Order: sequence, then C-alpha cells, then structure tokens
Amino acid sequence: MFNRTAIAPLEYTRKLWMRSWVGLTMLFLYAPLVVLMIFSFNDSKRNVMWKGFTLKYYEKALNNDSLVEAMVNSLTIAFLATIISLVIGALAAVMLWRFRFPFKGLVEGTMSLPIIVPEICLGVAFLIFFAKLDWPTDLAWPLNLSAITIAHITFCFPFVAMVVRARLASFNREEEEAAKDLGATEWQAFRDVLLPHIKPSLVAGALLAFTLSLDDFVITFFTSGPDTITFPVKVYSMVRFSVTPEVNAASTILIILTVALTFIALKYQGVKGIAETH
Amino acid sequence: MTEGKQPIIEIRNVSKRFGKVTAVDNISLDIRAGEFFVLLGPSGCGKTTLLRMIAGFEMPTEGQIIIDGQDMSLVPPNKRPVNMVFQSYAVFPHMNVTDNVGYGLRISGISKAETRDRVAEALELVKLGGFEDRMPDQMSGGQRQRVALARSLVMRPKVLLLDEPLSALDAKLRAQMQFELADLQDKVGITFVTVTHDQDEALSMASRVAVINKGEVAQLAPPSDLYEYPANRFVADFVGSVNIFEGTLTLDEPDKAAVDCPGLGKIYLNHGVTGPHGANVWIALRPEKIYLHVPGEGKAVRAAAQDAPDGHNLARGTIKGMSYLGDVTLYDIQLEGGHIIRVSRPNLSRHDQEDFTWDDKVSMHWRADSPVVLLS
Repeated sequence: MFNRTAIAPLEYTRKLWMRSWVGLTMLFLYAPLVVLMIFSFNDSKRNVMWKGFTLKYYEKALNNDSLVEAMVNSLTIAFLATIISLVIGALAAVMLWRFRFPFKGLVEGTMSLPIIVPEICLGVAFLIFFAKLDWPTDLAWPLNLSAITIAHITFCFPFVAMVVRARLASFNREEEEAAKDLGATEWQAFRDVLLPHIKPSLVAGALLAFTLSLDDFVITFFTSGPDTITFPVKVYSMVRFSVTPEVNAASTILIILTVALTFIALKYQGVKGIAETH
Repeated sequence: MTEGKQPIIEIRNVSKRFGKVTAVDNISLDIRAGEFFVLLGPSGCGKTTLLRMIAGFEMPTEGQIIIDGQDMSLVPPNKRPVNMVFQSYAVFPHMNVTDNVGYGLRISGISKAETRDRVAEALELVKLGGFEDRMPDQMSGGQRQRVALARSLVMRPKVLLLDEPLSALDAKLRAQMQFELADLQDKVGITFVTVTHDQDEALSMASRVAVINKGEVAQLAPPSDLYEYPANRFVADFVGSVNIFEGTLTLDEPDKAAVDCPGLGKIYLNHGVTGPHGANVWIALRPEKIYLHVPGEGKAVRAAAQDAPDGHNLARGTIKGMSYLGDVTLYDIQLEGGHIIRVSRPNLSRHDQEDFTWDDKVSMHWRADSPVVLLS
C-alpha cells in the first residue's frame, strides 16, 4: 500500500467507495439477468435449486412450436414497426425542423403524446379502436399482425422523431446550401448531406424502436388475438402456470439476440456517432 | 479579361425585406468581370443578405439581379453560374478532401477521369496537395477553408462569392490568407465578391469596395479613395480611425477653404469644397496625418517636420491618454477647447515612445490638404 502513488483528486476509479458503489450498481442491474441465464441451464423443473447443467430446456424451448411462433411474431412485428417508425419518425423530425406551418406547436406536442400517455390507456384505446373499425383478425400471416404492428409504430415513431430531431439541431444549414450551390437538387442535397448527418440518430432510433417493440407487453396484450401471440405475451401465459427453465432459455436467446443486434449496430456506426446523438 | 467593359453582375434597385425589417434598401451597383469586389459594412447592414441574393438563397423583394447578362429572378441556386464559400466553410464532414472537392463535378455528371484531374488541379491551386484522403475533422480551420475554396473553384464559376472568408482565422493566418486570396484571384481571373466587416481585409484585397450601411451603399470606391476621400462621416469613421469635428464652412474658394470648428479653431484647406457657404460641415482628420511636437521648439521632433509648418494647421493640447501598439503609439490629446483628438505616431526608432508622456503639453500640426470636409 505504501509504495503506491497517492490517489489524485480526480482518480475516482481508484477510490474504494467509488469502486464499491459502481460494483453495487452493476450487481443491482445485472444480477437478475445473470441468474436468469444461469438457471436456463439448470437441470430441474423448478427454478429454485441448482441441480446440474443441461441444455435440454433450450431443446424444449426450440421444439415448443407455439413459443417459436410467438418469437417469430415478435421479431416480425419489431422489424416492421422499426422500419416504418424510422421513415415516419425521421420525416416528422425533418418536417418539424425544417418548415414553419400553422399549429406547428400543437403537432409537435401531440406527436410525443404516445410517449407520455400511460401504456395501459393506449392499450385500451387500441382495443376499442380496432374493435370499432372491425379490424379483421382472421388474415393470413403476417397480415394478422397488422393491428399490433400499427399499435407498435404509434408508440415507437415518436422516439425515433425525438432522437433524430436532437441530431438535426446540430446540423449546419450551410452544408445543405453548399451542396445546392454546387449544383445539387433538393433530393441530392438531402441524400448526400442531411442523411449522412442524421445517420447515427437513425441507428439509435432504430435500436430504440426495435427493443421497445420487441418487449412490449401491455399494448400488445390488448391488441393481440388468439393467433397473434407475441413472445412477451406467451411468456406471461407460461409463467402463470410455473416458471420453468424453458422460459429462462427462451429469454436468454432473446437477450443474446438483442445484445448482438445492438453490438452490430454500434460497431457499424461507431459508438462515437451514437454518443453524439444524445 | 478587360475590366470595366461588361459588368458580370448587375444589381438593379434590389430591396429585401424580412417582415417589417428592410435588410437591403434599393441597392443598385455593377460588379465588373475580373474584379475583386468587397461588400464592407457593420454586422446587420445587409451585406450578407445581398450576397445570398446573388447566390440565390434569398429572393429579392424588389429589383433584379442580372448575372452575365441573364436575369436570375427565377433561377435556383443550383443552376446559377456562381459558387459560394460559406462563413462556416460548410465542408461536408463525412467526405474526405477529394470527395468534398469533387462533389459538384460528380453530381453534375462529369466523367471520373476529368473529375480526378480537375480536383487535383484545384487542390494544387489552394496548396492542399497531399491532403486528398484527409477527413475534415483532421484539418485546421485554415485548411478546411482551402477545401471550401477548392470545392468552389473546381466548378469554374463566373463569380466566386465569399462570405466573411477570414473571420474565423487567427490574426497571422488572416493576414496571410488576404494575400493568398488576392493572389488566387489574380491567377484564376474569376470575379470575386467578398463580404466582410473587417476594413483591413477590404482595403488589402479589394479592387473596389462598396461600403454598406443600413441596407444602402454609403460609398463605392477603390480602397485608397475610400480611405483618403471618404464620402461621408459613416465611411470616414468605419474605414480606419478618424477624428471628426463639426464646424461651419466660412470660406470656400476654388483654391482654399476654411472651416470654423468650435474647440479646434479655424481649419484651413488648400482646396475648395464647393459646399454652400455657412453650411454645417464635418472635418475628418486621420490620426496618422497629424505631426506631434514639443511646443515652442518651433520644429517637430520627428524629421518629417522638415516640411516647415508654414501653411500647416496648428493646434495645442495636453496628452491625456497613450496606447503603445509596438509599431505606432496612439495619443489621445485634449485640446484647449476640451475636445479629444487622436494622433498616431510611428515608432521609427526604439525609444520614440518615450518622447511624450501623460500630461505633456504638445503642439500638433497637419498639412492643409490632410483634412477631408464632409457634407453629411
């Protein structure tokens, strides 16, 4: 201890209290997840005692047709909702940033409403909305997911718009003018100058939308029909009987999937770009 | 290119109003082919608005802009034969130097081979050879500006517009770029139109300067005329530093004139003014045109006073302020009437600044052709 150099005022990482605080925070955040993952390998019907290592619950989960179907549904919905939210959100952000029009403040306010309104209210609203519309529920896959997808787009695109809007604030309008000055049309200037600038926010927005859609339970619960079970809804119904390692296994797969996706997106975009967005 | 024959840009009675604010107020002027034209004025005077109207980013509320004989009223910026270097340079941050400079050529469908050659040529011109693969965030402000210059020059525009091109550079680099820009303009022969609020910049680079005040042209003249023969108080004061005294024109003949200035006395001039007799006028006197000497010695301390004070105007005062700037020293001298007059004196030897100090009684004199009489 004595031959070590003294701790400088800003070297927080070398202070014991700081280290323990960080450690406790990490434990608080990740311990449940780690436990969940570990017990997915537990050779026991009950999630209480460790009985030994096995992969059979993964096998079981993957052979559980309704679980796989729910997983595929969830991924499909998340994928569609992300793409469409990205387009609508980005366009809304550009519109609000670029133009002046009557009731702009009102539009801006109502657009972020789906973020603020309690999910349960949105869920009920959608239930009534689709019932009133007499929205068909017996369509073939993937059209039967349309109601859920629409609901997901509704609460996903404001997040995309918000992130893109924040990014646009740092855009130098002169760059766009420079492109036009050099002969670019409106579209070319958008494609060559504005789009590259907001790209990091599009990646961040897409990640946000994807994860929000993937794990949404409340709104989905109200808008899904008997044939359109999503993963969270399915897990909920499974857990009502008992928490089997099968659920753990499926959850672990989902966690790995989302982490991998996030990792790829960050890698592709460079962490710097996304950090700049916020 | 012969100067003065055909104006490349004709600005005809152009006004621009933003709501109730008039940014440009009925300006008419011609910019000649091949000249280095500078729009000079304080911030908010409308000079940038005028430049943006030439580029096509703003539409005139009234009037007409003609570039190379063609009315530009309905021509969008991307179709105009002008290119602009923006104040922020607006270099595309996600493209390297080559892609930045080649952008305009690329989207206008110029062949790859020609683009490559022209980009190389343009980079050579702005002395950025070897920077082809750099990204903008790996370059200094001065280098980014060169990229912006090359990106515009590569398009071979009829007119190059520059919006405050040097304002973001440090003093040394600014001085260097002033020369380089003038040199570049000489080399490529393109008409340059520059906007600046910096009078040094305007004087050093321009072939002609339009001083803009409150949306109107206060004076349009070559730099030396602007400095030596300002047309009004605004120009005299904005370009360089100046002492201005209000007075009455009491004598006005073809070869001499006199202005009675309260506080400064009678000022004699060796030329006529052609102003109405008894008119209220202003005398503008540049600080460097005043000689300073110790009273009663009869000769100036500076050798320049071999020009005997015969025919010179004389004044006395007390030094109330001094500011040593290295090359010159500025003195604020309180006249007997209470007015303050500023005199600048070159430090021709190492100890010149020690000749005078606070509260010294001094005499000043200046040639009879040094003051300028301003009627407005």
